[in-house]
Amino acid sequence: MSTLVISDLHVSVETDQGTKNILKGVDLTIEQGSIHAIMGPNGSGKSTLAYTIAGHPKYKVTRGSITLDGQDVLAMTVDARARAGLFLAMQYPVEIPGVTVTNFLKTAKTAIDGEAPSIRSWVKDIKTSMEALRMDKSFAERNVNEGFSGGEKKRHEILQLELLKPAFAILDETDSGLDVDALKIVSEGVNRAHENTGLGVLLITHYTRILRYIHPDFVHVFVDGRVAEEGGPELAERLENEGYDRYALANGSDVASVG
Amino acid sequence: MSAVTTTPEQHGIKAHSDGGWDAAEKVVPVQTRSDRFTSFVHGDFPEVSGREADWKLTPVELVRPLIDGALDGSPYDYTATDVAGATVEWIDRDSARVGIAGTPEERASANAWTSFEKALSITVTGEDAAELTVARDSLGTGLRAGHTIITARANSVATVVLQNGGAAQLSENVEIVVEDGAHLTVISVQEWDDASIHLASHFARVGRDARLRHIIVSLGGKVVRINPSTHLVDQGADAELFGVYFADAGQHLEHRVYVNHVAPNTRSRVTYKGALNGEGAHTVWVGDVLIGPKAAGTDTYEQNRNLVLSEGTRADSIPNLEIQTGDIAGAGHASATGRFDDEQLFYLMARGITEREARRLVVLGFLSEIVQKVGVGELHTRLQAAIEAELRGVA
Repeated sequence: MSTLVISDLHVSVETDQGTKNILKGVDLTIEQGSIHAIMGPNGSGKSTLAYTIAGHPKYKVTRGSITLDGQDVLAMTVDARARAGLFLAMQYPVEIPGVTVTNFLKTAKTAIDGEAPSIRSWVKDIKTSMEALRMDKSFAERNVNEGFSGGEKKRHEILQLELLKPAFAILDETDSGLDVDALKIVSEGVNRAHENTGLGVLLITHYTRILRYIHPDFVHVFVDGRVAEEGGPELAERLENEGYDRYALANGSDVASVG
Repeated sequence: MSAVTTTPEQHGIKAHSDGGWDAAEKVVPVQTRSDRFTSFVHGDFPEVSGREADWKLTPVELVRPLIDGALDGSPYDYTATDVAGATVEWIDRDSARVGIAGTPEERASANAWTSFEKALSITVTGEDAAELTVARDSLGTGLRAGHTIITARANSVATVVLQNGGAAQLSENVEIVVEDGAHLTVISVQEWDDASIHLASHFARVGRDARLRHIIVSLGGKVVRINPSTHLVDQGADAELFGVYFADAGQHLEHRVYVNHVAPNTRSRVTYKGALNGEGAHTVWVGDVLIGPKAAGTDTYEQNRNLVLSEGTRADSIPNLEIQTGDIAGAGHASATGRFDDEQLFYLMARGITEREARRLVVLGFLSEIVQKVGVGELHTRLQAAIEAELRGVA
């Protein structure tokens, strides 16, 4: 059973206007097998947290730590973090021209496992997952994210999640831009991975809509770069009814300035 | 009034650092691609100073011996695959087959034309999609002239691979005649030794409803400069010109492409893609497309993409489009030179793929659009491997 521990995390980015502090002391502990929802208004630092865990070079950690079973995640390269069991489902996955989905998935699987998957079971696994995510067979021969619709990109992210079998998945606004059918399909994929592999989930979202399909054990409300309130699923319901206004008022800070 | 010769004033023309402009006679360069001076004779061309528009991006001092030196134009050793419906033979320079497809437009090309003794004639006649490889790998370090004529007889279907390796100091002309209704693919692969220098002009003449696919693969050589020009001379002629190149430290790879739409309802596509890695890696791509006054209904698009993998490289990319009729189906061009995309790298690494492997994937993917055009299975596999070998030098 793995544990991901984030303590006193401070993160800044360089902008044209100088250094901007985005995360201002985040504490979060996630056990494998549990589902945590991180909710908050635009600009509260949710995506920054996601990309910092994954190791995007744009984000500089100025204080605090992230550990996975005691190992220092911040000391690892991006690829080493993925091999250690962390997975980020991205909000805006980039196109990789000339690299087919098949080639990409096999390369990633081989990198994660340290050996090439056995061909028979691998082909079957891909077929099963693609069918479950209602992805057409032709998908496999297309170039990674090239010409994919918004919904196709999200399904492709969840396909990777199912096939690479990480210990923890961070879902960065996976629900944004999805219609209700696609949202259900994607949510089913996350729930399958959760049941099959005991995945720990950090579900980042602005809206409560996806929580109808993926049920969190814990809800954390993010405001101005730190956790402003924590609770069980009932907190999400309260947010559904009341919105984020009371945090903004209480905090008095500029919540819409950071991307 | 005294008699003074002047060039007419032209809009937008003013003094330029290229030289010539300050001269009393105010020399205006040739404005239309088809108006360039042509001749079969070396001495008809002025000396190359290195400031001319068509030489200023080339390391002229390195190639000077091929521009002006005495070239050995005797037949050389080659190997050719034995294929039904294709013949390969040396023919005399006064054969009627010589000079059908084009005339030199610069001095190095004319030097080769003046010097060659026999032309290597490759003729395909069959309709069974013959694949023929003509390989040269022992040209040696002496200065050489070459002349090759590829003729696709009417309605023939074939692929001709020109495979170049080993040492060479070569200036050559390649004539490509695609007769009516023929479908010809020509693939020229440059995998020369590191010190080799290769200057080539390709002249293609594409007939009625004929189709030419022309693919240049330039990987090895100190200096490679290939100028493929294609003339679409009859209705329905179609040309697809592709190029892929990978320049390492100190390597100069240059491709000057010219498509001349002479006849109505002709189509052309030009796509060249290249990668550059290492100090002094230099690539040049010039794409000229001319749509002549009679070429109504022309459909053309040309593009060049360069991927820069390190500091210290230089990619020149110059598309030119000249349209002399108002009635065309479409014409466009694009050029982009960019660094390696760090977001692509992040995406792949976030899936556990090492940085080295991620770079390899992205570069191979970038170039694969062209490599995939190479329909020859064995060659496709080998080129993929050759590009991977180039990538081993990438940090």
